[in-house]
Amino acid sequence: MIEVSGLRKRYGDTVALDGFDLATPAGSVCGLLGPNGAGKTTAVRVLATLLRPDSGTARVGGFDVVRQADRVRELIGLTGQFAAVDDALTGAENLRLIARLLELPRMQARRRVAEVLDRFGLADAAGRPVRTYSGGMRRRLDVAASLLGRPQVLFLDEPTTGLDPRSRADVWELVRGLVADGTTVLLTTQYLEEADRLADSVCVVDHGRVVRTGTPSQLKAQIGGHTLSVRPADPARIPDVVAVLGDAAVTSDGLVSVALSGGSDAAAVLAEAAAELRRAEVAVDELGVRLASLDEVFLALTGQFTAKEVIA
Amino acid sequence: MSPIRTLRHGGALAWRNLVKFRHTPDQLLDITLMPITFVLMFVFLFGNAVSGDWHAYLQFVIPGIAVQALMFATLGSAISLNSDIRTGVYDRLRSLPIARSAPLIGHILGDTVKYALAIVLVFGIGAALGFRVHNGLSGVAAAALLMLVFALAVCWIATLIGVVARAAETVQALSLVLVFPLTFGSNVFVPTGKLPGWLQAWVKINPVTQVSDALRALLLGTPAGPAVTRTLLWSAAIVAVFAPLAVMAYRRASR
Ligand SMILES: Nc1ncnc2c1ncn2[C@@H]1O[C@H](COP(=O)(O)OP(=O)(O)OP(=O)(O)O)[C@@H](O)[C@H]1O
Ligand SMILES: [Mg+2]
Repeated sequence: MIEVSGLRKRYGDTVALDGFDLATPAGSVCGLLGPNGAGKTTAVRVLATLLRPDSGTARVGGFDVVRQADRVRELIGLTGQFAAVDDALTGAENLRLIARLLELPRMQARRRVAEVLDRFGLADAAGRPVRTYSGGMRRRLDVAASLLGRPQVLFLDEPTTGLDPRSRADVWELVRGLVADGTTVLLTTQYLEEADRLADSVCVVDHGRVVRTGTPSQLKAQIGGHTLSVRPADPARIPDVVAVLGDAAVTSDGLVSVALSGGSDAAAVLAEAAAELRRAEVAVDELGVRLASLDEVFLALTGQFTAKEVIA
Repeated sequence: MSPIRTLRHGGALAWRNLVKFRHTPDQLLDITLMPITFVLMFVFLFGNAVSGDWHAYLQFVIPGIAVQALMFATLGSAISLNSDIRTGVYDRLRSLPIARSAPLIGHILGDTVKYALAIVLVFGIGAALGFRVHNGLSGVAAAALLMLVFALAVCWIATLIGVVARAAETVQALSLVLVFPLTFGSNVFVPTGKLPGWLQAWVKINPVTQVSDALRALLLGTPAGPAVTRTLLWSAAIVAVFAPLAVMAYRRASR
């Protein structure tokens, strides 16, 4: 549904996109994950026909975003990174405007606006100017506006930034519902949990290109590998634990952890660590191996963290 | 995109401007407070000094102040266009299957209503103070038409400013820099003959002088001279220069 190849875009000396590739099948959620300035918003703007790339091609629903921009616009909905609702209008008026621009028949428009307001929990506030909305309500209205026309492809640029956990879960729920109806979603996010929960495939973006693609669990297994953590019963023994495990990180609550390189056998590592700790006569409260979190994957891929070699 | 659909989209966006206006009628205050202050200040403070009699001055100054109000109203619309482009609203609009020109058309159509209100208010206050029309309905109709033409020309300058300015403050500053020399350097407040000699050359060619003279002629039945023709020529010239520039800048802003 979304096919991107070799996109490049520069702003003066800044290279925003540097050979960006992407392929998202219909009816799936692709999460773009990357640090600030990685080029996520730029990629979304190109796909939403707002920005012309310097080179490379991008197709949405089979249509070229530059040469067939009008066709692409028939298919897409966009929630940009920055609010696109009119403060001076009420929530309902904002949606009614979109409905009029989409040329929905009057009755159908009225029904659709009411339905969407209801689904986003904005029915009570529908008659109030958006100026009086909280940040979360405003964001929900923004997302609501982008799917009023039942787009086949939905772009969400950081849809839940600034939302409380409850509203965030609501938006996730809505996105899942849309995907169940066959909508293709491309979302960018700063929240790894969001990508983990929502995305069928995650593309880690850094310096204007996709550095790794996979399902969340593939990424965790491939890059993050496993983490071994130990909590000594007596915090005073932490240095001894570190001596045993080697290059380890210590959290403030006394948990010592080491990232294991990919492919290591969790059971063997665990057994070996247990044996070593007993030899050193360290009493342990907690000992375990778990898959790295997407956070650790993210940090590892974007060079802000390097997975350490396994001990022993 | 067919012209009918383009108009429909422009109409929807004009509707938005009007709804906004209904929610925040104080916008009207923004564009009329200045002219009203000017009416009162000039008529009662300087009226006797300029014309020897404030009633006579009122007849002279009201058409000119209407032109000034029109310019403020036009440039005021640059601010709303600018804020659309600076915020995500414009991105959303451009991601929709609507005509490229629809947002511009919407602003211009929607704001025409504001211009009309601003003008009606100035003449209303004038009438309350004793301003009288002496040229019948056809004169009033011709004057209204001429103001519309002039406003639709100036709105291209406003559009250019609205598109290129980086912030609302810039829009405001540019607007003032534009409006004050044009209105004070004209015969809106003081007849050309009473202005300092060095200024008169500019005052005589100033489009604001031409519109004001044309309006006085059409409303008061005084001889029009070449003022109406010159207003139309000026309007055409402004459109010829600023419309392509504005459209070009607008296209670039939408890349
Ligand atoms: N209009 C612009 N002019 C100049 N540079 C720009 C412009 N837009 C983006 N950039 C630059 O391009 C790079 C990519 O920006 P982009 O907004 O795509 O990043 P992002 O991944 O969305 O970041 P964030 O997570 O902070 O939203 C950045 O270095 C940014 O400074
Ligand atoms: Mg961004």
